[in-house]
Amino acid sequence: MSAVQWRNAMNAGAGRAALGKGLPGRGPGVSSRAKGAGDEIVERQTPSMWAAVRARHVVVLAFLLAFPFFATPFLTYQIGAQSLALGLIALSLTFLGGYGGMISLAQMTVAGVAGYMLAIFGASGEATLSLGWSWWIAVPIAIAISMLAGTFVGWLSVRTEGIYTIMITLAVGVAFYYLCLQNYSVFNGFQGFQRVYAPTLLGVNFRNPVPFYFLALACALGGYLLIQYVLRAPFGVALQGIRDNPRRMNALGFHVTAHRIAAYALAAFLAAVGGILLVWYNGLITPNSVGTSWLINVLIIAVLGGMKHPIGAFVGAVIFVLLQTFAIDLIDRERFNLVVGGVFLAIVLFSPDGLLGLWARLRERISTTRPQAALHPRRSKP
Amino acid sequence: MASVTELQPRELLTTGDALRLEGVSRSFGALRAVEDVSFSVAAGGRRAVIGANGAGKTTLFNVITGDFAATSGRVRFFGEDITEHPPHERIRAGLRRTYQSSLLFRDLTVRDNLFLAVRGVARGRFSLLRPGGASTTRAAAEDLLERVRLTAVGDEPVAALSHGQQRQLEIGMALAGAPRLILFDEPAAGLSPAERRELVALLRALPAHMSFVLIEHDLEIALRVVDRVTVMHNGRMLKEGTPGEIENDPEVQQIYMGRTGRA
Repeated sequence: MSAVQWRNAMNAGAGRAALGKGLPGRGPGVSSRAKGAGDEIVERQTPSMWAAVRARHVVVLAFLLAFPFFATPFLTYQIGAQSLALGLIALSLTFLGGYGGMISLAQMTVAGVAGYMLAIFGASGEATLSLGWSWWIAVPIAIAISMLAGTFVGWLSVRTEGIYTIMITLAVGVAFYYLCLQNYSVFNGFQGFQRVYAPTLLGVNFRNPVPFYFLALACALGGYLLIQYVLRAPFGVALQGIRDNPRRMNALGFHVTAHRIAAYALAAFLAAVGGILLVWYNGLITPNSVGTSWLINVLIIAVLGGMKHPIGAFVGAVIFVLLQTFAIDLIDRERFNLVVGGVFLAIVLFSPDGLLGLWARLRERISTTRPQAALHPRRSKP
Repeated sequence: MASVTELQPRELLTTGDALRLEGVSRSFGALRAVEDVSFSVAAGGRRAVIGANGAGKTTLFNVITGDFAATSGRVRFFGEDITEHPPHERIRAGLRRTYQSSLLFRDLTVRDNLFLAVRGVARGRFSLLRPGGASTTRAAAEDLLERVRLTAVGDEPVAALSHGQQRQLEIGMALAGAPRLILFDEPAAGLSPAERRELVALLRALPAHMSFVLIEHDLEIALRVVDRVTVMHNGRMLKEGTPGEIENDPEVQQIYMGRTGRA
């Protein structure tokens, strides 16, 4: 997020206070604008959801809604739904990393905790280990335990910075992987839990591609809007302040550590929802779902898309899933990671801000060349 | 969401000490940066801490704000022992400071810097909901903007401000909320003569109940706005007195003249 965007965000958050300034009785419901300096801010900060909607948002949403009706079930399910679920997990990392300055490699672990808890409390092929409770009990429990786990990871790691945060979160992730692999009484060892399926609700079977796609889309959209909203709420604004200048924020009365841990808890919520979707998508959860490669894949997805905007997580997820699915057609089955790695390297080399950064630069170039082209004929005149 | 009451001054204690240091020491390994410093600032009192570079003045401030833990000794704030309190709790209790080298959000506008400062001492820091119409945070930031005379550059990013204006903004951020005691760390450093005059006016215009401690090399400023002076040397308190006594003290003169003579 650029300084200008942040500024607008902050104004949007606090803006209405300026409405009342200069008017007697700053009560709510004062809708006329204050005179003078505040005027300009008020216009920028009208916190209406609809004012922010642009043509491109409508186009993207329309495409996403129409997608299952012209795409094959394979594309809907394998590409669409999987991207949305992975994007949600990557979004939790974008929130922590891009806006909180904390790169956690344990976000897939947090998602995996939710997945395992769903399999343990809900129904699975392992009737002796799973409790078999209904999904509407198992899902909230899974999310709650996953948030506790995420908060614990945060509590462990927030006092560290940079590379040490990465190391601690990686260690937690690897530890959880081995716990799942070696524990048979709770996590069922290397087999994990098979046949963990999405429920049937109101006659709609969410195991089918199209309903599941819309379930994933609803969750992804909800997560995206939640993050967009929170980033401009006092909590999100303060989080970005802490990212830029923690010492100063502390000297302004902010409890930096508590704020960071709270960010981990919120990120864990997103990761948990994504993790549950992913288990339903795969129909199973095994230690490999939370293995080192997946811990790093989440980081790759977030960086591919770009961490300066929440949408980057989903852009990165689509690219990642496409590569993972179709690289086999281009190259030997065993070597598709080479393609993923090559694309990742290319994007990081050419644009540290990921695909969003490339896109922003492209737009800048177009907008700067246009006026020059318009000037040209005028210049040729005497 | 910030309520109106939070931004009002706290109950004004006109008796007793705002700040009381009891034998405060701070060591870094073998280096005793601050050693056995004791003084008190009455509620509404104003004190200057002067001394050569490296005398331990800023370290003393860091101990008072909690940025550094005290190696020994106690710090009392309005009677309460805050020696073990974390920095943010001290800030919320009404302690503020400015920094010697500006520690501001350089990419943000002046207005937004002040907004963050107000938000830091108001309730709702963790609010996931955006404030509604009754929020007074923005209005409070506007008031601060006026008080430090930066309204004209309110929408400028801090990086575009002159050094003097940044110093003024530092002071503005320290005035957010309801400060009871402010620690000013060399507020006049690098200011032009005109800006210095403005600073003196600003310090003098602070409400009478507001105490402050001032680190300042410029004795012209330091001795004009305070009622007590502490002289520090090599981490220890050397002298203590009224501005008049300190100004005429031969030992202080020697230290100060000696230092400036070498420089």
